[in-house]
Amino acid sequence: MTDRAGAGRFVGRNRRTKEDRRFIAGLGRYVADIRVPDLKHVALLTSPHASARIVSIDARAALALDGVYAVLTGDELAEATNSLQHGVEAPNIIWRPLAQNVVRYAGEWVAAVVADNRYIAEDAIELIEVDYEVLPAVVDPEDAFASAELLVHPDHGDNILFHRKFVWGGVDDDFAAADHSLNFRVKWGRNSTVPIETFGVVSHWDPGQEMLDVWASVQMPKYADQIAEALRLPGNQIRVHYDVDVGGSYGVKRGLKHAVLTGYLARKLGCPVRLLEDRLENMSGGDAHGPDRIFDVDVAFDGDGTVRSMRMRALDDCGAYPGRAPLQLGKPVGSIVGPYKIGSVAYEAISVCTNKTGQVAVRGFGQAPTNVAIERMMDRVADYLKLDRLDLRRRNFIQSAEFPYTIPSGTEYDSGDYQTVEAKARALSDYDALIAERDTLRGSGSLAGIGVATCLEPGGGNAAFEPLFNPKNDTTTWMESCTVKVDRLGTVTALICTSSSGQGHQTLVATVVGEILEIDPADIRVVHSDSLSSLPGNSPVASRMAIMLGGAAQRAAEMLRERLMTIAAHNLERDEADLVYADGAIHARDDDAAKLDWKQLIRICHGQYHLMPPGMEPGLQASYTMQVPNGGTMPTADGRVQMYPCFSFETHITLVTVDPGTGKVAIPRYFIVHDCGTVISPAIVKGMLLGGIAHGIGAALYEKFEYDESGQHLSGTFMDYLLPSSMEIPDVQMDEHCTPSPLTPLGQKGAGEAGYMGSPAAVVSAVNDALAPHGLTAESLPIKLGTLSDMLRTLDGKD
Amino acid sequence: MTDSRPKTTVSMTINGAQITADVEPRMTLLDFLRDELDLTGTHTGCEHGVCGACSVLLNDVPIRSCLMLAVQANGERLTTVEGLSDPDGSLSLVQDCFWETHALQCGYCTPGMLIAAQALLQRNPDPSREDIREAISGNLCRCTGYGQIIEAIELAADRLNQRTGKAAR
Repeated sequence: MTDRAGAGRFVGRNRRTKEDRRFIAGLGRYVADIRVPDLKHVALLTSPHASARIVSIDARAALALDGVYAVLTGDELAEATNSLQHGVEAPNIIWRPLAQNVVRYAGEWVAAVVADNRYIAEDAIELIEVDYEVLPAVVDPEDAFASAELLVHPDHGDNILFHRKFVWGGVDDDFAAADHSLNFRVKWGRNSTVPIETFGVVSHWDPGQEMLDVWASVQMPKYADQIAEALRLPGNQIRVHYDVDVGGSYGVKRGLKHAVLTGYLARKLGCPVRLLEDRLENMSGGDAHGPDRIFDVDVAFDGDGTVRSMRMRALDDCGAYPGRAPLQLGKPVGSIVGPYKIGSVAYEAISVCTNKTGQVAVRGFGQAPTNVAIERMMDRVADYLKLDRLDLRRRNFIQSAEFPYTIPSGTEYDSGDYQTVEAKARALSDYDALIAERDTLRGSGSLAGIGVATCLEPGGGNAAFEPLFNPKNDTTTWMESCTVKVDRLGTVTALICTSSSGQGHQTLVATVVGEILEIDPADIRVVHSDSLSSLPGNSPVASRMAIMLGGAAQRAAEMLRERLMTIAAHNLERDEADLVYADGAIHARDDDAAKLDWKQLIRICHGQYHLMPPGMEPGLQASYTMQVPNGGTMPTADGRVQMYPCFSFETHITLVTVDPGTGKVAIPRYFIVHDCGTVISPAIVKGMLLGGIAHGIGAALYEKFEYDESGQHLSGTFMDYLLPSSMEIPDVQMDEHCTPSPLTPLGQKGAGEAGYMGSPAAVVSAVNDALAPHGLTAESLPIKLGTLSDMLRTLDGKD
Repeated sequence: MTDSRPKTTVSMTINGAQITADVEPRMTLLDFLRDELDLTGTHTGCEHGVCGACSVLLNDVPIRSCLMLAVQANGERLTTVEGLSDPDGSLSLVQDCFWETHALQCGYCTPGMLIAAQALLQRNPDPSREDIREAISGNLCRCTGYGQIIEAIELAADRLNQRTGKAAR
């Protein structure tokens, strides 16, 4: 087998990960495994109503229960804490862990009990009596947008959290000049990543250190800072421990209100306090829902299939409290045309409040829903012109020679070779044979369809949507750090500034540092530090860690290597240019005997100051804090902005069948070709890709948080909210391509959102292709079995 | 504070060791394993019997420890993920195959998956891909999309079959 493009000694090689062993042995250390003496347990009383005034709360019976230490309600917490922060400017929307005076969604936390164990805490919850005056609820997002009377937050003045019409280029002219136009609506249903581990946090006020220790199953930028601000504590009085294994997140493990609540309780009670969501709390009250979006798209195109212009309106229902949710309409600005050369775009982004559970960042930060809208647009243009859907995409691709390529919204794409990836996918799937297979299935009475999707995965972070969506926010720094040090015994340790939730950061850093220092990654320790002992970081969001943590670790390791070269040059009395670094030793290019081995070099660094070059810092350690490549500029007045730096690309092709009786969708064939530049850890990228595809199949066909007309949440269990099992997820055939990024040291791009970027679009494309011969369309995700069976029954009636 | 709630004495064999303890009758087997015995390899996922993260072997059959009370396991024989490894801590063949194929990411569902895989290979040392799919279909994973898990179990079955005369351990 030939080497993978960009492969080095360790980079790009199939190697065992550093993390897996402890998990396989049952030795992971998740938040529920944190053992602190005298730990007390929290249970939550949640609102049964979507919208109500809290008339009174009587907790006397709960407090009287043996084993109960406290019952906390919103009034007391409001006295002691500041509002949690929002991503958009909404100063009159107060958001605290516990509701005060009114509840704004079914599941919102109303009171918290602290008890000896969770069983007793739940007993006490049942003894709290709350008198509610039920109020009308805002449930439909279009109603929320239009209503001036029925408001989720009356002090905010309306239900609109963000509304802006961006116009980039001559949209009206392009529409006027185009041969054709069409419009359609597609809906992305309210779902989320729903990790198997719910959110949990342990907070402990250390009276000796006068410091709040926090262990949390968290994946959130600036978590410690935000806890400190809400609890009105100095930043250095909070220590978030990053050495907690996180049982899945994919964006959603934010848990700010959980930490503020337990932090307050721990300090008040003088004992460690733990809150582990149960599944209902997680799904109804955890504020961890994802985008819930209606897209209206107009597209202008020519008879040859050239797409000229697009108008997209996206209305997102972010639930009761904004948090960072509205910003998920902002991230797609940086890839609003996908991989296509579309000359002009109008994008209207609307985020509204409703009486539903709050929304949080979900894998891709709004990109997967937007990709569905873009890809449905391409499908519809192809269908209208009776062109093959892959051919149409190919016709509109940005050409590989055109990179770096700036799209109408101002973002420059780094690199890509979309034609080659698409061609590889066509070959992998034997596309013509696949079409023949579909047609054979159709001929035998089956409903069969082929789906395609050619999608981008922006990676690298750079949250330029913050200043874009909030004029008071001028954040352009989006950094990540790593420290690498070599101890006196010569072993290498790297410190990272985040917790991990399955991304394999220890493997990533060890691989990159090992590559530079030419030391086996298996011998390198990678430590998750804590918020006080680490340098700045922004957590593993935005498909950024291969780029940003990998980049920071590489630079820190290079600094060590450069220092070793200086030391060797000094001692061997040679120019650095005449020296060779090999396997941790340095020798003269022309004389192997003129050599310092690793032990000797380390001995000089740690013990022989007399052999060090004058003025050099003793020891052997280096830290590097990396800013996002090509980040650091503010948006223009018309909303053009450099969003993420690196753009991975994936082509999906799938064949599905729909059972004409039950509406059950089966996926007999699934193909993907993926290009994320240089692959650092092949097994990890493969896992991300397969997991992302599965997650997207869930979003396309199964997963939805349902609400009734009164705002009651109907899917708080795994019997109502359906997660795909091994029976629903197909075997996936895959291939890869490597278009290195010119912006990163190894040519790497992001892969943490891979698969998920395109699989919802591909599956929806396939289902619609299966329905098309019968004159049916399904444009509301998830396309559930019931929806399809109802649709097909109508068809029976007609026949 | 002394807890005055009544307790019942239970005894069972867990990972080969005899355990006797006093538990509240309402305590789940899952909480008993995790909180009373500190066997934290078994994980809490949904607590309503769907996700399979809490799977353990009860007399060699995989069960949901969230749906069983500790008192119901009185007198029974249990194996948790901690019991799959050898006493010296070395990984079992199935565990090692999970590592080799990177059959996990966050690791949270992994103990339950291993329990399901172990049970499958004990009753069917030569499973088809569809057998494997079915055997793990009661264990939800949000990270992997199941592909590398299925590969791991296939690999384990191959290696077990190469070890003639040896049953799954």
